[in-house]
Amino acid sequence: MATWIEACAAEDVENEDLIRFDHNEQTFAIYRSPDDEYYCTAGLCTHEEVHLSDGLVMGHIIECPMHNGQFDYRTGAPRRSPACIKLKIYPVKVENGTVFIDIGEPS
Amino acid sequence: MTANAADKRDYSLTGPNSGPGFTPSEWYSSRIPRKRLKELMKRSDRPSMVNYSIWLGFVLALGALLIVTWGTVWAFPIAILYGVFYGSGADSRWHECGHGTVFKTQWLNNFFYQAASFMSLRNPYLWRWSHTRHHTDTVIVGRDPEIAFPRPPSIGVWISNLLYIPALTGELNKMLKLSFGKLTEEQKDFLIEADRNKAFWASRIQLAILVSIAGLSISLQSWLPLMLVGLPTFYGSWLHHIMATTQHAGLAEDVPDHRMNSRTVYLNPFFQFIYSNMNYHVEHHMYPMVPFHALPALHEEIKADCPLAYPSLWAAYREMIPAVLKQQTDPNFYIKRPLPADAMPTPDYQRPVLQAAE
Repeated sequence: MATWIEACAAEDVENEDLIRFDHNEQTFAIYRSPDDEYYCTAGLCTHEEVHLSDGLVMGHIIECPMHNGQFDYRTGAPRRSPACIKLKIYPVKVENGTVFIDIGEPS
Repeated sequence: MTANAADKRDYSLTGPNSGPGFTPSEWYSSRIPRKRLKELMKRSDRPSMVNYSIWLGFVLALGALLIVTWGTVWAFPIAILYGVFYGSGADSRWHECGHGTVFKTQWLNNFFYQAASFMSLRNPYLWRWSHTRHHTDTVIVGRDPEIAFPRPPSIGVWISNLLYIPALTGELNKMLKLSFGKLTEEQKDFLIEADRNKAFWASRIQLAILVSIAGLSISLQSWLPLMLVGLPTFYGSWLHHIMATTQHAGLAEDVPDHRMNSRTVYLNPFFQFIYSNMNYHVEHHMYPMVPFHALPALHEEIKADCPLAYPSLWAAYREMIPAVLKQQTDPNFYIKRPLPADAMPTPDYQRPVLQAAE
């Protein structure tokens, strides 16, 4: 079941960058790609639970700030060790300049 | 007088101190505005291509000169220079490429990582995972597999480590064992299952190359092939290790603050080139995704929040040597780095507080 929540204003996220968004006990990463699409993943690296919001976005890749593990933030797929386990991803929609994420059913 | 057995800490990764270290959020980081940090982290092939082209150019040119001068008195100084570029230059470069930050183009990182790992006689997979742990648990006893100078330090081992001889013979031993598919319990602790076969095959390939070079030397009845490939790691890595000894030796253990367990040392441009700017070691540990060429700029950004950098290699050794000697009888002794008055304090931590030198 979809559970849409308001995460941030679209303009809060710079192009080719991400921000951290915390909700209840969960932490998320909201991305804005170079082609101006928005994405959302779990906020912590699956390797050592480091906040990805301090990492570097390069195209459609997010690099963990601690060990340089990389993920494709569109699919959550690991792209460089030590990242080996997929990131959870969450559906995103942008309405009237606001980013919403569906925290109901991550994939 | 030597330290009591009771004072000796267990540094093994499977012993009583091998419990969890600190969580990533407990480790201290100096504040940098996000925009500036992004600039520092930005990847580019250009500065690295310049650096690596110069490095490879010197390796090839000096190698050619060694061939030309072989059998003359000139071969001796040329071999020393060649060894430094080959052994010491490669040792800092496997490390940088292992972080994946050197080149924007990933296959270049991977290519130079494999090449420099061979030149340093290191297994690329074993060291990638060992070094990953070193960054997670920097100088955390029982967690960090790369603590080079456990307390109380053996002076003999300390001096021989400066020349990297025991470590290199250790690497050859590892290469042999990995070639036969054997891992120690400590290695199993940090090398993930998925990379174990890759580690075995990397060692087999490295060993096959070394055996081929030795075979060529025997058939030519000349040391020259081995002096060009294989032996330079032994006779040329000393400069890297004289610099690398300053990274953590004599400093605090079990503290989640790289300002307290790592050193930044100013070096001359030649040493800094060979060492790939790893003299900015506090900065490297605090922000490991900043490429080597941006470390001097990162240093400028955070230096007001860090202990004063050492003005020279000699200044670092002048502090380290008495500390290491004192640790012979008092393994709890360590050098406490003073922070500037305006710097953020070191976070509290749970492990036992040790006696510190002010």
